[in-house]
Amino acid sequence: MPTITINNQKIEAKEGQTILEVAKDHHIDIPTLCHFPDLDVQSDCRICMSEIVGQKKLAPSCSTPVKEGMEIKTNSQRVYNARKTITELLLSNHDTNCTACERNMNCELQTLADTLGIDENRFENILEHEPIDDNNPSITRNADRCIKCGRCIEVCKNVQGIHVLDYMNRSHDTKVAPAHGKFLNDQVCTYCGQCANVCPVASITEKSDLEKVTHAIHDETKHVIVQTAPATRVSLGETLGMDSGSIVTGQMVAALRRVGFDKVFDTDFTADLTIMEEGHELLSRVKEGGKLPMITSCCPGWVNYAEQKNPDMLDHLSTAKSPQQMFGALAKTYYAEKEHIDPNNVYVVSIMPCTAKKFEAAREEMQVHKETADVDAVLTTRELGKMIKRAGVNFKNIGEESYDAPFGITSGAGAIFGATGGVMEAALRTVSEVVNEKPLEKLDFEDIRGMEGIKEASVTLGENTFKVAVAHTLSNAQKVLDDIKAGVSPYAFIEVMACPGGCIGGGGQPYTTTNAKRQERIDAIYNVDTAMKLRKSHENPAVNTLYEEYLSEPLSKRAHDLLHTHYKPR
Amino acid sequence: MEQKLLTKHIPGMDPMNIQAYLDVEGYQSFFKAFKTQPLDIIGDIEKSKLRGRGGAAFPVHIKMMSMAKQKETTRYIICNADEGEPGNFKDRYLMENNPHQLLEGMLIAAYATRANKGYIYIRGEFDTPIKIMHEAIRQAKAHGLLGTNIQGSGFDFDLEIRSGAGSYVCGEEFALIESIEGKSGRTRVKPPFPTDVGLFGKPTLINNVETFSNLPWILAMGGEAFASIGTESSTGTKLVSVSGNVKHPGVYEVPFGVPIRDVIDTLGGGTQNAQKIGMVQLSGASGPIIPEYMLDLTIDFDRFEDFDSKTGAGAIIVMDDQKDMFNILKRISDFFEHESCGKCTPCREGNVHMSKLLNKFLQSDATEKDLMNLESLSRVMHQTSLCGLGQSAPTAVLSTLKYFRDTYFDRIEHPQEGGLA
Ligand SMILES: Cc1cc2nc3c(=O)[nH]c(=O)nc-3n(C[C@H](O)[C@H](O)[C@H](O)COP(=O)(O)O)c2cc1C
Ligand code: SF4
Ligand code: SF4
Ligand code: SF4
Ligand code: SF4
Repeated sequence: MPTITINNQKIEAKEGQTILEVAKDHHIDIPTLCHFPDLDVQSDCRICMSEIVGQKKLAPSCSTPVKEGMEIKTNSQRVYNARKTITELLLSNHDTNCTACERNMNCELQTLADTLGIDENRFENILEHEPIDDNNPSITRNADRCIKCGRCIEVCKNVQGIHVLDYMNRSHDTKVAPAHGKFLNDQVCTYCGQCANVCPVASITEKSDLEKVTHAIHDETKHVIVQTAPATRVSLGETLGMDSGSIVTGQMVAALRRVGFDKVFDTDFTADLTIMEEGHELLSRVKEGGKLPMITSCCPGWVNYAEQKNPDMLDHLSTAKSPQQMFGALAKTYYAEKEHIDPNNVYVVSIMPCTAKKFEAAREEMQVHKETADVDAVLTTRELGKMIKRAGVNFKNIGEESYDAPFGITSGAGAIFGATGGVMEAALRTVSEVVNEKPLEKLDFEDIRGMEGIKEASVTLGENTFKVAVAHTLSNAQKVLDDIKAGVSPYAFIEVMACPGGCIGGGGQPYTTTNAKRQERIDAIYNVDTAMKLRKSHENPAVNTLYEEYLSEPLSKRAHDLLHTHYKPR
Repeated sequence: MEQKLLTKHIPGMDPMNIQAYLDVEGYQSFFKAFKTQPLDIIGDIEKSKLRGRGGAAFPVHIKMMSMAKQKETTRYIICNADEGEPGNFKDRYLMENNPHQLLEGMLIAAYATRANKGYIYIRGEFDTPIKIMHEAIRQAKAHGLLGTNIQGSGFDFDLEIRSGAGSYVCGEEFALIESIEGKSGRTRVKPPFPTDVGLFGKPTLINNVETFSNLPWILAMGGEAFASIGTESSTGTKLVSVSGNVKHPGVYEVPFGVPIRDVIDTLGGGTQNAQKIGMVQLSGASGPIIPEYMLDLTIDFDRFEDFDSKTGAGAIIVMDDQKDMFNILKRISDFFEHESCGKCTPCREGNVHMSKLLNKFLQSDATEKDLMNLESLSRVMHQTSLCGLGQSAPTAVLSTLKYFRDTYFDRIEHPQEGGLA
């Protein structure tokens, strides 16, 4: 246990800790840019420099282990000068038009410049303008705002195992860009948006649909309805100044009404429906010797990855559409018919924790009518936060309201779709009760909850016991796929989510989603589940009515036409 | 004044013929090493107080010991023959004239640290040294000095040549390791150091050509004999590349402790047309620039601590008093701007602005504010850059700000005259 001092304060550090870790434990703030809690230490940006008394050079706090007797200063004049100069250098090669920027007031570089009191940059601006990369539906890359911190490279390479982004060129020509081409859509980019989520500045963001949606809301001819994904209710609060893990379901519904949506529905409803379709698909595959293991298909980042990198695995994917797309298909058929509205005038917006959902909504397979997409626009949780602020809604003090019928009656099983393991747990609740024809003693499948990368459980259906697995992040997904390819996969059913932690950790979630925050959101979402009277998809009365009135039964012809899809190598 | 330990047989010995080296007792130290415990070899090197000749002057035995203590049995040894710094040509000289001395040094180091695979990383443009080292390796193999179970000792050692695309930063040890791994040469964060996690994630000993070339002599004559040459802190001899305005540019081997002036006057023959010396840059582009009156300083690793520059005066670049200092500084700064790997902020962005500020001085367009900014930027780059490149890029500016401060002010105050040499 080394004893050190930081800013004259005596501190007992733990063995092997870096200056940054010790400082954090003792509530001493050291700014960082390239460092991100769950990623490897890069030590590139050099903003975290501290002074070690007796050493001529400054030391990077993120990568310098403390040693017995070290006297550290994190706020000396020398440290301040260095941080200020480095920030000025970054700003000198940056499009600093903050007021015209996506991340204005929510930007790590801007905050740093403000904290350091940089009012005038001593160095002239040398930025060379680069074209914007936004010819895909999900992600916008603006190189003029990139500070080359490398976080996006790390997350794409090491968490997702894809390595779309990398450093290009050298020297002051250094760029962070897609590895072999100019644009993301030339690449095996899954649009998962993890890069956007870790970016400290506005260099990678979602491609915004805010204007489009605002326009539709103000178009009198449109009946604008909105669905909210499971994960959004435990994260939206963060964009509006609340603690991570705050459950804001009722406030979100109220705010969406104030913003001007005609009806506010819940994707949890179609999550329940997904369980009905996907669960029965699994049972039929088991019974009829279909392709196993079956793999979930509700995550579009994962579907993109499978189509691009593992085209030989596509027949393992469930044909069930995702809850977002089931909602879209029903909105433009069942709902439009029921409400007597021309489907072309029903405008469907989804609020998603995800950037890949924008791509999914734009897929040509996701159109039950030729003229209109099933889902017209997708907003991320972050975009919704902005929209609420813009509309002048005082979110923290707004009263809670309930979803509209019919797509507002939901179960806890639908809610837990937002967390890794949730789809599997929801499916197991339903499948086992349907097959075994008796209620489960315990609804909580603890083994498949939480942040561990690959989790397993087993379930007994009638005479047989099946093993199932849950994988999140695409590098973990690849591991389970490799086992299938090698013929050694012991599983009948696998849930895959592209983002760490599942959708609560999605690329469209509030910025700087750390694993610690992910855990808080996961805890919140299971609290949503336990607080609900209905906790099983097959007991959702509204889902059952839908089958009675419209779809007849799971896997029916109509269900197939509206709720199932196919995949193709890309 | 010269004292030839490493260059004793240069010129004269045929580098393309191993027999010539064997005839002057070549490889005898390696055979001696076989009869010695690895730790005793390292002990002898400790006694010699040999410090690395590649720039950082780090004690060689400490790195070797750290390697020897590793649990991992796959270990590598790398010879850094990248020599990319302008004004340096002594490694090339050693490889072209005495390649087997280097191989023998690497063999001794490999045996002492139990590494079974080695690489010589040679600058891509070095056609002749690459050719000569290939031939030396071929002949050493043919003589059973490389390969499996060398001379029946049970020790295996295999050696390969790799060459880099010629960027200066690839001489930095981690950038070099990345380059051998097939990645673009950018450094890594330390710790861990290469002796813990180096090439392909394995413990790796990396030393300079001249460093390895010292080992045969040390093993033959003993560490204490070596330590008695040179000075207390810098033992042995130093190969010095002398260039610039001198009558006899070239590589000279002198013991540490010799005054710089003597090397320039006696070995280099003084300036070409008896012009007065204006500035001398030590070590190469990354080293300090000192005025004529400081030339009585002796060659020593710890002489330029002020600039954190462990130059050991491996290079001496002589400039006469007709040279425009800002022209020189601008050229140096352009070099670093171009060679920065772009990984860390102060070097990637800082060198651009350093060049721009120096250009203002060169164009007689600078103000006092520019001077302040240049000084502040240089200090920050030096203190915060990730690797030696960015840390030493401002050394020329920082040293001239110290020893030639008036020249900066003269240029600010008398712009019209200042444009002249
Ligand atoms: C930018 C840069 C370039 C370098 N180039 C070389 C080089 O060409 N040759 C060399 O031996 N060391 C070079 N070094 C030093 C190496 O990083 C390393 O310290 C050295 O190879 C260790 O060997 P030594 O202990 O024998 O000196 C360079 C360092 C930096 C920062
Ligand atoms: S990224 Fe940040 S610093 Fe840059 S323009 Fe946007 S808000 Fe300003
Ligand atoms: S969206 Fe996902 S896959 Fe695409 S570059 Fe970003 S992290 Fe990589
Ligand atoms: S795009 Fe963002 S995360 Fe990636 S290097 Fe640039 S600033 Fe960093
Ligand atoms: S100091 Fe320069 S060369 Fe070294 S890591 Fe930083 S940018 Fe690269």
